[in-house]
Amino acid sequence: MGIEEKLPSGFLLTTVEQFAGYARKGSLWPATFGLACCAIEMMAAGGARYDLARFGMEVFRASPRQADLMIVAGRVSQKMAPVLRQIYDQMPEPKWVIAMGVCASSGGMFNNYAIVQGVDHVVPVDIYLPGCPPRPEMLIDAILKLHAKISDTKLGKNREAEVRELEAAALTAPATHEMRGLLP
Amino acid sequence: MSTNVEFEGAASEQPGPDPYAAGERRTTEGRVYTVTGQDWDDVVSGVSANRDERVVVNMGPQHPSTHGVLRLILELDGETVTEARVGIGYLHTGIEKNMEFRTWTQGVTFVTRMDYLTPFFNETAYCLAVEKLLGITDQIPERASVIRVMMMELNRMSSHLVALATGGMELGALTAMIFGFRERETILDLFELISGLRMNSAYVRPGGVAQDLPPGAVDAVADAVVLLRKNYQDTASLLVDNGIWMARTQDVGYLDLSGCMALGITGPMLRATGLPWDLRKSQPYCGYENYEFDVPVRDTCDAYGRFLIRIAELGESLKIVEQCLDKLRPGPVMVEDRKIGWPAQLALGGDGLGNSLDHIRHIMGESMEALIHHFKLVTEGFSVPAGQAYVAVESPRGELGCHVVSDGGTRPYRVHFRDPSFTNLQSTAAVCEGGQVADVIAAVASIDPVMGGVDR
Amino acid sequence: MSESTEQTEVVPAGVAALEVVDVRQGMFHGSGDTSGYGGLVRTVAMPGATPRPYGGWYDEAADTLTSLLPDYDAAVEKVVVEHGDLTFHVRREHLVDVARALRDDPTLRFEMCVGVSGVHYPHDSGRELHAIYPLLSVTHNRRLRLEVSCPDGDPTIPSLMGVYPSVDWHERETFDFFGIVFTGRPDLTRIQMPDDWPGHPQRKDYPLGGIPVEYKGAEIPPPDTRRSYS
Repeated sequence: MGIEEKLPSGFLLTTVEQFAGYARKGSLWPATFGLACCAIEMMAAGGARYDLARFGMEVFRASPRQADLMIVAGRVSQKMAPVLRQIYDQMPEPKWVIAMGVCASSGGMFNNYAIVQGVDHVVPVDIYLPGCPPRPEMLIDAILKLHAKISDTKLGKNREAEVRELEAAALTAPATHEMRGLLP
Repeated sequence: MSTNVEFEGAASEQPGPDPYAAGERRTTEGRVYTVTGQDWDDVVSGVSANRDERVVVNMGPQHPSTHGVLRLILELDGETVTEARVGIGYLHTGIEKNMEFRTWTQGVTFVTRMDYLTPFFNETAYCLAVEKLLGITDQIPERASVIRVMMMELNRMSSHLVALATGGMELGALTAMIFGFRERETILDLFELISGLRMNSAYVRPGGVAQDLPPGAVDAVADAVVLLRKNYQDTASLLVDNGIWMARTQDVGYLDLSGCMALGITGPMLRATGLPWDLRKSQPYCGYENYEFDVPVRDTCDAYGRFLIRIAELGESLKIVEQCLDKLRPGPVMVEDRKIGWPAQLALGGDGLGNSLDHIRHIMGESMEALIHHFKLVTEGFSVPAGQAYVAVESPRGELGCHVVSDGGTRPYRVHFRDPSFTNLQSTAAVCEGGQVADVIAAVASIDPVMGGVDR
Repeated sequence: MSESTEQTEVVPAGVAALEVVDVRQGMFHGSGDTSGYGGLVRTVAMPGATPRPYGGWYDEAADTLTSLLPDYDAAVEKVVVEHGDLTFHVRREHLVDVARALRDDPTLRFEMCVGVSGVHYPHDSGRELHAIYPLLSVTHNRRLRLEVSCPDGDPTIPSLMGVYPSVDWHERETFDFFGIVFTGRPDLTRIQMPDDWPGHPQRKDYPLGGIPVEYKGAEIPPPDTRRSYS
């Protein structure tokens, strides 16, 4: 990411991280990727009552070239999946993805031939937001969690170290099928 | 966020060629140009240099102005559209096939998500068809029918508000979007109060409705009606008789009566041609013959006429909702037959929404049959006699028909929805060709397709 | 306790004949299962032909159609009136003639065909694929249905596009989902599924295509492979 990588790690990078994170989350522009029912709730979140403009996000950019957040709102069919990937690829870095609704997170109630069972099969997802459809307040909560994630993003060598840590933790984490919940 | 991290020791890679960079390439179907902005001159010079006969522009499926995932393939001659084709299927969910593996009542939750702006219409059409097959159409309690009509008319209003809002936004009237969604929030609050969810509530079920109106609902609806009657005039006064709006929508998207009849168009598009065809008047269902309302008709056959009809229908729906409030009488909301009617009334308890304590006391302590019925209805579902039925309701977009085939079992054998948006969208070529590209947006907005219904 | 439990057909009263379309055995049949579900036998019978009089305007419509068609009995296999709805089961060779007669005659005037619905009865051999055309008369405010069947081995039905242009996309959709080839129309292509999709998804022999869902050690199979008792 440019100049940050050439500076030594230290308090200067940390300050730049915070500043860069603040700038990025403060005006996160979503790309229009409303597909189905969740799109209507996303539009309602951008409407007057649940206002996304207070987060700087009321401009839903039509062109992915100008957007940095893709809210996949709705069920992604097999025919739509390549289009989704193309739009994601056309977005410039840094970019984030919110999978809005259960259909985008995991295929939802449509466990069948026509729906991709989770858009994480197609694009990397940062925040999964369940709901059918999630209320606009839930979407705003997801966006705020994403803002927290963005403002805490490390840059440069700190990011490399963080990625290594996450990878090590993921390798030693228990597999999903071993998790027994409250059972011993 | 993907990380462009270079690890020590890894060979640094040259990034591959960007597949979406501007440029042209030859394919078997001619040259394909990828346009990234500010390079239209290159494309035009490339086209004229190669003497290509036509330029085909692909609008969508991801496009802010196409109503959802609609792909418009336009062949342009300058600014004029010479050919328009529609590509659909980008939202195909296989709902109809999914329903074949669920019970009849669970089918309601699938059906409600087809045309997602009008969930109550989808549910009601399906439930009326199932009730027809069961033969219990006359035994649906009157209170249930009145509640169904009230929810449907509120849904008609919220759907028209979205149509006006998105239509306005697509043509540049962004304030219409804000107004439309503001009004819609009032209606969604009512939906949430009565059915539990803002959208896609599985509220209308075969036999009646899932639960009775909560206390305070009647007053809330009455207050909302007063508020809506005042507020929807905002959108109307913004756009009706607005010179710019009229210039963009008058004589745009023209489709006269013979065209509509040939293409099977129903709904506001048909009423804009002068024919007052509305299933609520001609083939009433759910007691619509007892309500007084008018059917707005225009005879200009264009997008402006359809827009005026939608505004007028907002007013008519408010009238019907008021009449519903007057018609409500205490009574059951589910059919009497215990082998069909949904067993439980939900109530809000200390731990959330669940079966009401009265019901639980009844099934656990008082009546063994009630327990058995509850268990069998929820797990297995009721059986519907073999046969088929087709029921049509007047949804905000036109005739929404549900064709249900039963094989006598507890699962639908085949459910097919005749969605109005699917049929109305066939007319895109007829209304767009010969016009300009900007008129395509206005015409498609006036058709008001909802891709969930088109693709199902 | 009897081994085999006959479950009677669930039929509405007042329908004369029934046509058996399928006989289903219970799950676990023949596997030595003693739960009793293995012995369930369920006959699936759809309503058969209704004898005259049909009631209301239906008799008049049938008579008008008889006078308009050169050979009514060859064209119309049977007439079914169920739940107040009239259905003409038409042989596919005569479908276009019947539709044109229904559309053009002034007393019938069914101007609109509101759609095409496909149904697949895999065990009704020789008549596996059905296409249902609901017709609407705006002039007379009436509805009826046409039903056409074709075998799996030769799934062709003449297209009604020349009579009702509105069935264009509906026929494409029915082809896409059932494989019924509508002859005599331009451009019969897939409309909902991607263009190169193999198979016809809404046929009964096409799987639902879900994936098993795993959650903390338990795995739930997709809906079409779960146990079913009906």
